[in-house]
Amino acid sequence: MKKKTYYATKLKRVAHLLFFKRHRKPGVRGWELKKRLGADYPKILALLNSYLEKLDLQVKTVFEEGTPSERPTVAQLDRARFYITLRGGLTPKETKMMGWRIDDIAGLAIAIATIIAKKGKASRGDVEGLLRDKLPGWRVNVNIDRYIRAGYIDQDEKGQLYLDWRTRAEIDEKTLVDLLITK
Amino acid sequence: MSSRRQKKQLGKEHLQRIIDLCRSTEERGIDPFVVDVDSILAIIHEYFPKWKNPEELCLDAEAVHQVASAIKFQSEWVKHRSTSLYTDPFLIEEKLRKLSKEEVGTIFLKSWHPIVELEQISHNSLMEATRYWQNLMPLDERWQKTEGLQVKTGTMTREELLKQQIIAEKEFSKVLETFWQELKQKMMDNEKIEYWDFIGAKTYEETVRRAYLTSFLVTYGYATLEVDRLEEIVYIRPYKTPIPTVGNVQAISLPIPVSFENWKNWREGVKD
Repeated sequence: MKKKTYYATKLKRVAHLLFFKRHRKPGVRGWELKKRLGADYPKILALLNSYLEKLDLQVKTVFEEGTPSERPTVAQLDRARFYITLRGGLTPKETKMMGWRIDDIAGLAIAIATIIAKKGKASRGDVEGLLRDKLPGWRVNVNIDRYIRAGYIDQDEKGQLYLDWRTRAEIDEKTLVDLLITK
Repeated sequence: MSSRRQKKQLGKEHLQRIIDLCRSTEERGIDPFVVDVDSILAIIHEYFPKWKNPEELCLDAEAVHQVASAIKFQSEWVKHRSTSLYTDPFLIEEKLRKLSKEEVGTIFLKSWHPIVELEQISHNSLMEATRYWQNLMPLDERWQKTEGLQVKTGTMTREELLKQQIIAEKEFSKVLETFWQELKQKMMDNEKIEYWDFIGAKTYEETVRRAYLTSFLVTYGYATLEVDRLEEIVYIRPYKTPIPTVGNVQAISLPIPVSFENWKNWREGVKD
């Protein structure tokens, strides 16, 4: 097979794998891509990423043990999860079409920023207290439960809230904190 | 002998306090360096030879385990403070409190890159659906099994139904209308009346019933409440015609305690 055809075929296959949700959670693990595409899957992902740039989309890599400071190893890539996410931001109008009201978004931002500020763990009571300033009382618990169901935050048996897989995949935590501080 | 027992008891209390301290720093997210590991280890070390029975040794092991967790927490704390993500939590909280929800939402949108995903029926879910239909019993068989309990039919009088509160003496809307007319009559030339002067009755039970009906008058737009924050007096003002509640206006709940004490005070005030 010619080199060009080889990559074109692999590109189609990786796009199918990443766009279509096949498990309970979206995204594909590195080892799964390796099995389907071969050992050079990072190269195919890079190709797809540059192709998606024109569409304002990107391939997002979420490492299991947090973003490595140096170039990731093959083992780290195999354990990582890959998603297709929006490259740029959304407008408030677009979020409405996705079923998110501005106060749901603000509530999510407050919950996530509080957890980040408290070193990745905050008590549900603290988050509820902050949310009560912005949302009607009856919606505070409803919204927290919604964020948990969506995979943005998680709660343990002691009522502590943590960041969950969707936050790691979708939210640029550093930008969020920086923008909040500089506002 | 007794002093040895006392010392043992003191040691157990010490260990329990160490466990509680380590747990509370982690659970409450406070500075983990309040746990002075060196002195705590010295205490654990000092009491260790005294422990004989399994219960005491378990307590000792738990204390060591909690100290180990505290050290791990200290290491994470240092790591987090050295990252670029570290910001004073109080500063963030203050910012979140000050900013409007629109501003917080707009900031969030700049850092939010949602996942793009397509949901579709998969081979597995098709197989699962087929299995479900294959295992489902035919409708006539299922209906046979859902026979209800057969109860002999009988008759009840209206009085019995009233007694069991299955039916009300009057339709609720009619009760509310009558109550609203009563409020308007009580107004005379005034525009509003003190809440307690309207709901207060000879018995506590009747007062509670009137307070209950008044809450519906306000909710359904027959009347409104006004609060004099300076004097701490609540007034009720009836509308000439009921005003339907407008959907886009945020309803505010106003809790007014109608306790037996409040009622007694009101009665005494009336008598004076």
